[in-house]
Amino acid sequence: MDNKSIALSHGVTEGEYKKIVDTLGREPNITEIGILSAMWSEHCSYKSSKVHLKKLPTKGERVVQGPGENAGIVDVGDDICVAFKMESHNHPSFIEPYQGAATGVGGILRDIFTMGARPIALLDSLRFGDPKLPKTKYLVEGIVSGIAGYGNCIGIPTVGGEVYFEECYNGNPLVNVFALGVMNKNEIFRGYAKGVGNPVICVGSKTGRDGIHGAVMASETFTREAEEKRPAVQVGDPFTEKLLLEACLELFKTGVVVGIQDMGAAGLTSSSTEMAERAGTGIILNIDKVPRREAGMTPYEVMLSESQERMLVVLQKGKEEVAEKIFKKWALDFAVIGEVKDTSRLNIFENGKAVVDLPINLITNDAPVYKRPYRKPDYLKDVKKLKISSIPVPNDLGRVFLNLISSPNLSSKRWIYEQYDHMVRTNTAVPPGSDAAVIRIKGTNKAVALTSNCNSRYCYLDPFAGSMIAVTESARNLACSGAVPLAITDCLNFGNPEKPEIMWQFKKAIEGMSEAARVLGTPVVSGNVSFYNETENKVIYPTPTVAMVGLIEDLRKHVTQWLKKEGDILVLLGETKEELGGSEYLKAVHGQVSGPPPQIDLEAESRLISTLIEATQTGIISSAHDISEGGLAVAIAESCFTPNGPTGVKIKSLYGKIREDVLLFGESQSRAIVSLDKKNIHKLENIASKHGIPIELIGIVGGDRLFIEGLIDIPIRKAYESWAFGFENSLKSKIFSHELTQMITNDISRM
Amino acid sequence: MPNFGLVVFPGSNCDHDCYHVIKHMFKQECEFVWHEEKNLDRFDSIILPGGFSYGDYLRTGAIARFSPVMKAVEKLASEGRPIMGICNGFQILVEAGLLPGALIKNSSLRFVCKWVNIRVENTNTPFTHLMRRGDLLRIPIAHGEGNFFANQDDIRKLTENSQVVFKYCDEEGETTSQSNPNGSIENIAGICNSQGNILGMMPHPERCCEETIGGEDGKAIFESLISWLEKSESQALIRTHV
Repeated sequence: MDNKSIALSHGVTEGEYKKIVDTLGREPNITEIGILSAMWSEHCSYKSSKVHLKKLPTKGERVVQGPGENAGIVDVGDDICVAFKMESHNHPSFIEPYQGAATGVGGILRDIFTMGARPIALLDSLRFGDPKLPKTKYLVEGIVSGIAGYGNCIGIPTVGGEVYFEECYNGNPLVNVFALGVMNKNEIFRGYAKGVGNPVICVGSKTGRDGIHGAVMASETFTREAEEKRPAVQVGDPFTEKLLLEACLELFKTGVVVGIQDMGAAGLTSSSTEMAERAGTGIILNIDKVPRREAGMTPYEVMLSESQERMLVVLQKGKEEVAEKIFKKWALDFAVIGEVKDTSRLNIFENGKAVVDLPINLITNDAPVYKRPYRKPDYLKDVKKLKISSIPVPNDLGRVFLNLISSPNLSSKRWIYEQYDHMVRTNTAVPPGSDAAVIRIKGTNKAVALTSNCNSRYCYLDPFAGSMIAVTESARNLACSGAVPLAITDCLNFGNPEKPEIMWQFKKAIEGMSEAARVLGTPVVSGNVSFYNETENKVIYPTPTVAMVGLIEDLRKHVTQWLKKEGDILVLLGETKEELGGSEYLKAVHGQVSGPPPQIDLEAESRLISTLIEATQTGIISSAHDISEGGLAVAIAESCFTPNGPTGVKIKSLYGKIREDVLLFGESQSRAIVSLDKKNIHKLENIASKHGIPIELIGIVGGDRLFIEGLIDIPIRKAYESWAFGFENSLKSKIFSHELTQMITNDISRM
Repeated sequence: MPNFGLVVFPGSNCDHDCYHVIKHMFKQECEFVWHEEKNLDRFDSIILPGGFSYGDYLRTGAIARFSPVMKAVEKLASEGRPIMGICNGFQILVEAGLLPGALIKNSSLRFVCKWVNIRVENTNTPFTHLMRRGDLLRIPIAHGEGNFFANQDDIRKLTENSQVVFKYCDEEGETTSQSNPNGSIENIAGICNSQGNILGMMPHPERCCEETIGGEDGKAIFESLISWLEKSESQALIRTHV
């Protein structure tokens, strides 16, 4: 094969190859092709998304580090910062669920501690296909145990996240992992290869042949043969990462680190070239010095290996011994593999022989950028129509309610989060299950609140509105927890960007997210784009996952969604509209994914958030819960289902202009339900009216029934059990195991 | 003031949590001890914290028991100083032969992290002497291999010598199978050696010493231990002065 054909087989286009040859004045060799194709892959270069990502607001008073580094950093006051980021590991997790998900956790944690922060929390946003499919069960088990296996072992609590089931993810589950760490403001480290003559060090695990060209894999759509790509999935070693984490944090204290970056996608290639690019320097690597797991690896393999648990460090010249001692203590490899140069080039030598000579800019800044064509998809013409009057109102709304709360999307996710150590590090003030996880920052009175959201059904029906709602719901979750929303990290999961319809979804989603983030004052400080989420032409719903971080200045003022005491009154904040489009009820009960998603008025949302923050800070609120999937009825029930067991409620007749099922299960936005001592109602009224938010006293806490006058009346214990065991039951259901047996039998007979 | 040694194995991850409780909440002397240390004579009590020593890749605690520090732990134990192994620390003590039995995979075959109730069975130990038999503690567990197993003979001995310190139970204190989170034989959550100075327990007392993070029943264990150490310190002082 000639070099050009090799390049094309690496996913480099004709045009891109010409650009390489023109710049170099010669043909690239195989190692150079490997480097350029990895760095120019969609995954590393953001070539299709770059032009749109620029629209996101990224600046703010508290923003210390925006996009472009390993993670975003936000100032939480008193010289303390938090670093956070979310990343996808969709493709590897589909191919090998346990290791794919596990290495997703490992990768995002390195992004955090490479900046000098100690990771204190993880979130996981997971999306699976039809829960009735045996393959879904296999993926759920594998992905959840992969996350647990890595996070539990390294000792970082997994404190929250979200799980959705929807057919569009049958062939392409989503695994979006978020991590957050805490650091001192004056101890931030960045990926800069500064200081000509400074040594370049490789630390951590040895380099092996695993995960070679993972970045390219993540930039292709899947075919049936995808599972043959298993060697492109890396294997995680959380124990080594724990050692690496402790060694790096110890190293940072010595003051000898100039720059540091983890070796994630495209391994040594991306870390070395991105560090040189940021510092405007060049780099020499003696590839034979890289510690290897096996003999006979070529420079190509070493440069593109995605072996996990490795870091590239630039040290002050002459301080190698200080660092080496620390890594030896933690039984980790330490090797000087190169030097910072002023050449602006990447020069790689193998036993003194030059094997790569490329300009840094060609690899990084000059990577191709595409303004891909976009076009509004045709499917929208059909799905947007929804005549609510044509939807019959079910007779037994109590039964409908029980079905909804026991469904995989709305039932308790206890089966999942009990497999995660969510308490280690002893900071978890609000465990999984409430609107947001609340994690205290030791040594202060502060806490951070964390949440992630995306209703991809809304995004499918209207990517602009859907992604706005992902932002507003996140902010509302935080406000309900008593936190002031600070900033966002996103994980943008879409189909093939070469299709104009997908590009249109992407463009609209970015615009929606930008507008909402701007109005709510929550800049996007880091994130990740995952395209090509398609298998055999079946594309996922656009899924721009938003993770948002909020600040609670005084931990004692945090609030949960759970009702606290009998006799408290329940108050609904916000306006309920005649809306059913895109709702869980419409899909689960009437089998339809249609209509416009709920309207979102950013200005009204902003006023609701101010109301919630003020109400929680004045201490008059016992509980607060955002109303989202499943509507008012499900939100009330979720407030009743406290970690200590269920509490009953009596809700008055809510009849009005809105029909019963819409009233109970409609998903109108910008609403929340709070409970409080009745003596505080006037204070709440004052706060709400100041912000122009309508409130309505709807009921009282107490009794042993879930009673909504004229609509629902069931024993609270029965509702609780449907909800608490619904998820487990659907995983265990007979249909399920029968189908699994069938699948295995079929597989065997095919052998 | 008693001086606590907190052993850090490669892969320990509850070391900082224990330190936080002993140092910041109970204001005791406390020091991290790297697993390669060979002399622990300066300490009055040793804690082996939870985590995944050596990744627990082989069998929980199976490699850590060979760490140089374990010889010194054994020496202190033989001198009667209190040794407490929590979660992975318990697993290491069992592997080291300092406590009987074995900790095998949870009966669910899954990792489990949640709050459980345990009942105090033996108050004649440094770790429980301030409690009453039958007291209930609400306490978190977080483990994949906490299913305590021992042969009939060992179980008989454990029972006869009152070496069972804690049992999983329900909110009423009944040791039902439903309240057993991992399949442990006889709902055993924690045991001690026949002298009573080595305790191994799967639940995490260091995770429940503050209401802010869900509860403070774990304090009773640290309070007992500290008071016991203070008492033996003063007794030793009296002995040397008489």
